[in-house]
Amino acid sequence: MAELEYKIIVGLEIHVHLATRTKMFCGCELAYGDMANTHVCPVCLGMPGTLPVMNKQALEFSILTGLALNCQIASFTKWDRKSYYYPDLPKNYQISQYDLPFSEHGYIEIPTEDGGTKKIRILRAHLEEDAGKNIHTLGNFSAVDLNRAGTPLLEIVTEPDMNSPDEVGALARELQRIVRFLGVSEADMQKGHMRFEPNVNLHITRNGEVFKTPISEVKNLNSFRAIERSIAYEVARQLHEFKETGKTLQMGNKSTYGWDDDKQMTVLQREKEEAHDYRYFPDPDLVPVEIDDAWLGEIKARLCELPIQMQQRFTKDYGLSDYDASVLTADRATAEFFNATVKQGADAKRVCNLLTQTGLKLANEKGTTVDQLGITPENLAKLAQMANAGDVSATAATAIFEEMAAAAGNPMQIAEAKNLIQKSDAGEIEALVDAVLAENTEAVQDAKTNPKKAKKAIGFLMGQVIQKSKGRANPKIVSQLMNQKLTS
Amino acid sequence: MDTVKQLRDKIAVGQTKSTDAVKAVFDHIEKHESTIGAYISLYKEQALEQAGKIDEKIAAGRPVGPLAGVPIAIKDNMCTTFGATTCGSKILENFHAPYNAHIVEKLNAANAIIIGKCNLDEFAMGSSTENSGLKKTVNPWDTDRVPGGSSGGSAAAVAARLCCGALGSDTGGSIRQPASFCGVVGLKPTYGRVSRYGLVAYGSSLDQIGPLTQDVTDTALLLNTIAGHDQRDSTSVPETMAPVPDYLEQLETPVKGLKIATVPHLNKGADASVQKALQDALEVYKSLGAEIIEIDMPHFDYAISAYYVIATAEASSNLARFDGVHYGYRSQNANDYIEVYSKSRDEAFGQEVKRRIMLGTYALSSGYYDAYYLKALKVRNLIRSDFTKAFEQADCLMMPVSPTTAFKIGEKTDDPLQMYLADIYTIAVNLAGVPGISIPCGFDEKNLPIGLQIISAPFSEDKLLRIARMHEKQTDWHTKKPNI
Amino acid sequence: MTAKIDEAQVRRVALLSRLELSNEEVAQFSTQLSDIVEYIEKLSGLDTDNVQPLAHCLPVYNVLREDVPHPSLTNDQALANAPDREDEYFKVPKILDDNSGA
Ligand SMILES: [Mg+2]
Ligand SMILES: [Zn+2]
Repeated sequence: MAELEYKIIVGLEIHVHLATRTKMFCGCELAYGDMANTHVCPVCLGMPGTLPVMNKQALEFSILTGLALNCQIASFTKWDRKSYYYPDLPKNYQISQYDLPFSEHGYIEIPTEDGGTKKIRILRAHLEEDAGKNIHTLGNFSAVDLNRAGTPLLEIVTEPDMNSPDEVGALARELQRIVRFLGVSEADMQKGHMRFEPNVNLHITRNGEVFKTPISEVKNLNSFRAIERSIAYEVARQLHEFKETGKTLQMGNKSTYGWDDDKQMTVLQREKEEAHDYRYFPDPDLVPVEIDDAWLGEIKARLCELPIQMQQRFTKDYGLSDYDASVLTADRATAEFFNATVKQGADAKRVCNLLTQTGLKLANEKGTTVDQLGITPENLAKLAQMANAGDVSATAATAIFEEMAAAAGNPMQIAEAKNLIQKSDAGEIEALVDAVLAENTEAVQDAKTNPKKAKKAIGFLMGQVIQKSKGRANPKIVSQLMNQKLTS
Repeated sequence: MDTVKQLRDKIAVGQTKSTDAVKAVFDHIEKHESTIGAYISLYKEQALEQAGKIDEKIAAGRPVGPLAGVPIAIKDNMCTTFGATTCGSKILENFHAPYNAHIVEKLNAANAIIIGKCNLDEFAMGSSTENSGLKKTVNPWDTDRVPGGSSGGSAAAVAARLCCGALGSDTGGSIRQPASFCGVVGLKPTYGRVSRYGLVAYGSSLDQIGPLTQDVTDTALLLNTIAGHDQRDSTSVPETMAPVPDYLEQLETPVKGLKIATVPHLNKGADASVQKALQDALEVYKSLGAEIIEIDMPHFDYAISAYYVIATAEASSNLARFDGVHYGYRSQNANDYIEVYSKSRDEAFGQEVKRRIMLGTYALSSGYYDAYYLKALKVRNLIRSDFTKAFEQADCLMMPVSPTTAFKIGEKTDDPLQMYLADIYTIAVNLAGVPGISIPCGFDEKNLPIGLQIISAPFSEDKLLRIARMHEKQTDWHTKKPNI
Repeated sequence: MTAKIDEAQVRRVALLSRLELSNEEVAQFSTQLSDIVEYIEKLSGLDTDNVQPLAHCLPVYNVLREDVPHPSLTNDQALANAPDREDEYFKVPKILDDNSGA
């Protein structure tokens, strides 16, 4: 049988923890990894008589994200209760948003392999409270920890616009970069700050007819690898199942799968979407939210240039490689520090090299970001100018960078104090060149007359001059003088 | 027994000691509580200790709060860090709240002494207190009869002078109707006037805490204490929007040019004795120069339907948390976690609570939401506009509180719909969120008290109380006491 | 006349409500709820086409809290009312299915 032609169709439901200090409806502090049931109060324990009060920061973080995802922000939104019984949900309803989410109809641009971008449409984004955690390690019993219950959770739903595991991975990474840029989430996958639920199926073409396979929803993925692999696995599984059974998408035959990371396969959880009846209705304990133009404007003012736009600008305006630009825009601190330095008039490529090769390494060692190394954009710009002008060598520039980070100070003073200023005085260098040429007649001969050995010989002679200068002769000037003398 | 105001005035000047007042009330309780059954829990030792401290303070000339040393009771659906907060339910029989309700903090700050927590229909669902899962309360005027409900314990306690004054909660008449049945004053404030924080919710968009007292003055005094904004309740109204006046200050000043609206077609549904008492009350106001106008409330008849959808829908969700997982009763017969829910709830909830949870769940379930819940919300809007129009024409509305006086225990328990229909006069007030008061206005041929309901515009409690006080000054119904 | 809410409906609603009703209760609720719902249907006689639903009685909007921490309960306070506990956790019979809905 000939291989079937097919298209992969994936939509995503994403839950993002917001980086507020306190929970969504009570004053308990958010904390990860603390002793169970120590970040709880009567409100988030769902005790009788308690009432929720909305966290303003959570709402503003959500709106900011909605704006970054090019969504329309609703001028009126409200809170609804979603009812289902589960031990990690103390009130047995979740406060969420049903028919009036705060934002809708946006898109996110993801990088594609050819260096371009693709728009994935966002259907809606709404705010809700997270549940606690059920832990199944007690034999015949389960344990419930409600520290997480009430954490503000942004739910983002995309249209089924992704057509490969790579695109889904790219969206996940791009979203992580965006929320980190905005400062609305730490987006630490290992801490469960971001959870992904892809809906996957295939459109298979056979004999000119298109068949759609049943949709699989893979629950609760919390690593980029798991996202990509589970989708790849589902593609193969669905293709196989279609060949075997010919089963196609019918109303409601969506199945729920989990991802078994040990076996690297999806595992069926529920055949048919159980007859959930969430009985949504407006929460009478909370009042609606009106977002007027003034408030929206205030939040808009906090919006920054998005990482993918910055990345494109860096390649276009500064001629950086796409790779370098992506490294610089991986986090907002680096990107803005780079931006600020270049604005001082420094050469972008030189700044990029200093930051990516030395700055990020240092920051990483110190567990901080490049803007926190104690170096001002002004001083970094000065250093870049010195390196470009040939006042210091590339190696010396690295040493000066390290010294600036260790003890602050301006690069010229450091260079002078450490004797790292390159000699650019032509007369002084010419003497050195003459001496080397006189001492290495064989190499001079090769350079002048043997095309096969000329390049190597010139290199050797250059090296000798630099060595004689103890590394301080400006290579550009050495090279100029050397060429003059060898061709004369 | 003195009223709250009388007692606090005596205590404040050292004429009476709080300790003596507390002892006296507990002596009275020891004599009569076994008959009346008003309380779920009593706190004699704690009360005496607090009274002692108040007496010391006063003796030392130190300042005290406006309710200093006065024995007050609260309905047992308000959370306290002392004792249990049961809501009259087996499911919370042993629940000890780790926090105080807003009104408990307010009472404490006013130096009132909370002597006990009163019986109620389980989770405030009912009009007779017969639905309590924990005990029976009778009407002090006739112990074969119900005290009304759901704040039946609070009303009976005030009527039998087992406390000076009490707090209840009113979702569809639960303060006004028992006040009427027991011959005391009961006020449901405007929705948003008193914080619901710490009041165990029944119907969140309808619930409101209010006083049950011996007279209108005491209601004003207690409202002074409990009214006001609380940032822990998002539905509590900011004082910038509706300032809290001193309700006592102008209480004795009659409302000039008072215009009263009545709804004649509604009154016809009440017993003859109730209609007569209403007419007598209107005559009192006429003699004071008030003008009576007759109006129509075209959507009033739909109030019961709308109420029993909205209240039970909210209740079905509010009561979902009672599941035997984090607190409260857990069935010993549960084999898996789902049975922890379904068996605990089945074993511990009473019939009326189950019925309302079922009704509310049905109204919200897929396929029925639009026809019942959404429809009810729209009708609620129409009912509110009826009130808005009424208050454009008149200062207040007057009507009965209940079509009958207190009925016999067990008389209506088999027919829940008949019980619901008796809420006709009180329910619309909650749907509209407006304030309403019940004041004693006569007795029927069986010597059972009758209440007059006065309703006014949102946040006009000061005027409402002044209107009520005008009647009280001309009559002595509020001074009558049951023979116990 | 057939009941407005038959026993199958009562069982469906009881399942959603997590109430394990006895057969007698199911029969009784079928009758009682049918009566009540029939009465409530009065509402359908009212024209509400141009009426907005009123979920909140008061024109209050934007009640928001600053993102400032308040003290939480201690673990012992949090678990003081728990019907069953294991160390610092609430304890329930084993949860086998994943019925979470967040
Ligand atoms: Mg969700
Ligand atoms: Zn909390």
